[in-house]
Amino acid sequence: MMRLRYALSAAVFALLLWQGIVWITGVPPFILPSPLRVAEAAFANRVLIAENALVTATEVVLGLMIGTVLGAVTAIQLASSARMHRLIMPLLIFTQAVPVFALAPILTLWFGYGIASKVVMAVLIIYFPVTSAFYDGLTRVPEDILDMAKTMGGTKRQIMRRIKIPHALPSLGTGLKLAAVYAPIGAVIGEWVGASKGLGYLMLLANGRAKTDLMFASLFTLAIMTLLLHFAVIKASSRLGQH
Amino acid sequence: MIKAPSIHLRGTHNIDGQRLFGPVDVVLPAQQWTCVLGRSGVGKSTLLRLIAGLPCAGTFTGQINASDGIDIAGRISVMAQSDLLLPWLSVLENTVLGARLRGEDPDLHKAENLLERVGLLREKHKKPGALSGGMRQRTALVRTLMEDRCIALLDEPFSALDASTRADMQELAAEVLADKTVLLVTHDPAEAARLGHQIIVLTPEAALQWYTPQDAPIRDQYASETVACQADLLTHLRRAP
Repeated sequence: MMRLRYALSAAVFALLLWQGIVWITGVPPFILPSPLRVAEAAFANRVLIAENALVTATEVVLGLMIGTVLGAVTAIQLASSARMHRLIMPLLIFTQAVPVFALAPILTLWFGYGIASKVVMAVLIIYFPVTSAFYDGLTRVPEDILDMAKTMGGTKRQIMRRIKIPHALPSLGTGLKLAAVYAPIGAVIGEWVGASKGLGYLMLLANGRAKTDLMFASLFTLAIMTLLLHFAVIKASSRLGQH
Repeated sequence: MIKAPSIHLRGTHNIDGQRLFGPVDVVLPAQQWTCVLGRSGVGKSTLLRLIAGLPCAGTFTGQINASDGIDIAGRISVMAQSDLLLPWLSVLENTVLGARLRGEDPDLHKAENLLERVGLLREKHKKPGALSGGMRQRTALVRTLMEDRCIALLDEPFSALDASTRADMQELAAEVLADKTVLLVTHDPAEAARLGHQIIVLTPEAALQWYTPQDAPIRDQYASETVACQADLLTHLRRAP
């Protein structure tokens, strides 16, 4: 609660500073609108912003879910067989060498202007952090616990299910926290490249028409959504356990 | 259950061409406690891991057999210095881990009986993090017993405990592992003098068979014979190269 109060006072201070700068310098609103103006624009366009925010939120949440499932499955595959590891790992590292943003145009070409190409973009961005964090946890089970499991005659499958996966869940949580911040980036980049809906699209549109206040209003909506998602993931991953 | 066999280990262990120990010739008598002492780094734990069939650094040349000719693997349970409890499982679930890992239905009733025997029934739903060191090691002991294997290999299981808890645990273990063939690796001469039917001092050259007090374990810690045995062992260990 204390931390929230600090965060709020910092935000209020930043807004006051901003308003002050606009007043003092008299900078034109199409360069830098005052926070009051942004708030007015946000209120005036609330339906428009909400509609587009909903689209972006859908893309982000879908991307997060699909990326997490794919990443978790890949990590389990990597951790369960040495052959899989030798096969997949180089591929995975290579895909990391390709800047994912550069793929945005081709993804739009393949998956269209709808939400599919943005979801794919978000998935691609979070896939590696999720995979590598979870894989790390899966392979860092202490040796003596695995020795014990071996003397007990445990099957590979059960050892994975009852020891490795629970042991790695906090690591998966760490990966998810990163993913929650990355996924909106992926979705917005996707929207910039080609879309007819979404906050990224709205920002470009507003910018193009010199409606800088609407641009900022969309930007803050996006930031607030990302923050909410971040906290939701922290909350969820704290339930994944800490050991 | 088949009667616990004796185990015969004969051979030499090398790491990178360097001899760790051997040639040694060790017999763990059936249904008795064999305590292995030795300086650190002499390969006590390696000896235990060899019998357990666990991977160890280096190569062993020799033989490890059970007296009844049946494979040792699958008939052992191991207890280590650290309790190796899984922090996300309750005490009860930790004790039935073996069955779960084999994909079998665990005998929860038996686990509860054993927990009652070690005085932990009331804590069965607690997580290991909420337990004291002694309670954790007792949970590990129950997990070992749940395996119901005829050979128990103990790698300094009591060394991290405080003195009084350790004495309690020694008595409890001696009682519940009575019908099993037990190998106890320890660095504590007092523990060996108290618990061993047989005491072995491992050196790089040989596995020396030490004398044990006349009476059967578990012995009175303060009986003159026990104390003398303990003192002799300590003197020997300190002199050993």
